[in-house]
Amino acid sequence: MLRYLAPLAILVFIGVFFYFGLQRNPNDVPSALIGKTMPTFSLPSVTDPQNLVTSDALAGRVSLVNVWGTWCVECRHEHGYLLELARAGVPIYGLNLKDDRTAAIDWLARLGNPYVSSGFDPEGKAAIDWGVTGAPETFLIGSDGTILHKHISPLTAQVWQKDFVPVLREHCGPADCPFLAAAGSR
Amino acid sequence: MKTPTLLVAVWLAFAAGAVAAAAEVGFDDPALESRYQALTHEIRCPKCLNESIAESKAPVAADLRREVRRLIGEGKSDDEVKTFLSERYGDFVLYRPRMTPTTFAVWAAPFVLLGLGGLVFWRILAARMNQPLDEELPP
Repeated sequence: MLRYLAPLAILVFIGVFFYFGLQRNPNDVPSALIGKTMPTFSLPSVTDPQNLVTSDALAGRVSLVNVWGTWCVECRHEHGYLLELARAGVPIYGLNLKDDRTAAIDWLARLGNPYVSSGFDPEGKAAIDWGVTGAPETFLIGSDGTILHKHISPLTAQVWQKDFVPVLREHCGPADCPFLAAAGSR
Repeated sequence: MKTPTLLVAVWLAFAAGAVAAAAEVGFDDPALESRYQALTHEIRCPKCLNESIAESKAPVAADLRREVRRLIGEGKSDDEVKTFLSERYGDFVLYRPRMTPTTFAVWAAPFVLLGLGGLVFWRILAARMNQPLDEELPP
C-alpha cells in the first residue's frame, strides 16, 4: 500500500508547494524595515536648498514618505492621486531620488506639489538607509515614527483602499487621521 | 548587409557596458579589491532578483556597490557590510542567507532530503537482500 501512497503523497506535496509558490510575485520583496523606527535623514529641500527636510518633521502625526524623481515614468502616473491625497489632508513628504533639481522644481510647478516638503537626494544616500530599490515607493509612517507599511509601484486609489486604509484603521483613531474619512471612505 | 550592421550595434552596446563597469575606481590594495569582488558577487540586487549587485545594471545596484566600496574602505569586515545591507534590504539580499528561524528550512532541506533518500535507498536494498538467492534468472 505504502508503495502507491508514498509517491502520491509526494506528488500532492509538490503540487501544493508549486500552486502557492508560483502565484507569489517575486518582485514583492518584503521590506526589512516594517515595524521598525524610520531611519533618520536630513536632506536639503528640493524647492528651497537653504532649508533642511529632516525625519523629525514627520514626528507626531501619521504621514507618507513618497520616493519620486522626474526620470520615473510611473511617478508621473501616481502624481494625480498623490495630489488628491494631499487635498484630503494626508501629509506627504517627498524623497526626491537621483534627480536634477531644476527638473524637479519644474515638475512640481507644472503638475502641482502634493508634498509638505521634498528632500533632495541626488546620490540616493538616504534612499539606501530606507531600503529603497527605485521609484516610486511609498512608506506609511505612524505618529511614533514606526514604518507601518511600504508600497512599491504607483500609489493608486485601489492600492490605498486595499493596503493603506486597513493599516490606518488599525493604527489611528478618527482624531489622529482626519483624512481617513475624506480620502478613505470612497 | 543589414545583419552585420545589427550585430556590430549589439556588440558595441555590450562593449559600452563593459567599459562602463570597468570605469569604477578600484582599490589599490589587491586584498581589498578581491574582498570587494567577492562580496558584490554574493549580494543579490534587490531590484533585479536574479543578479548579484556586481552583475546588475540597475541604478540601485550601482549605489549598493558604491556603499560596499565605501564600507570596505572604512575598514568594515565582510560581516559588518552584510549586516549593513541586510538591515536595510532584508536577508533577501544575501545569496548565502544567515541561519535564522525563518531560513532554517533552507539550510536543513538538503540534509533532510539526503537523509530521506538514503532511507529509501537502504530500505530497497534491504528488501533485495532478503530475497532468496536461488531465484531463477530470467531467460
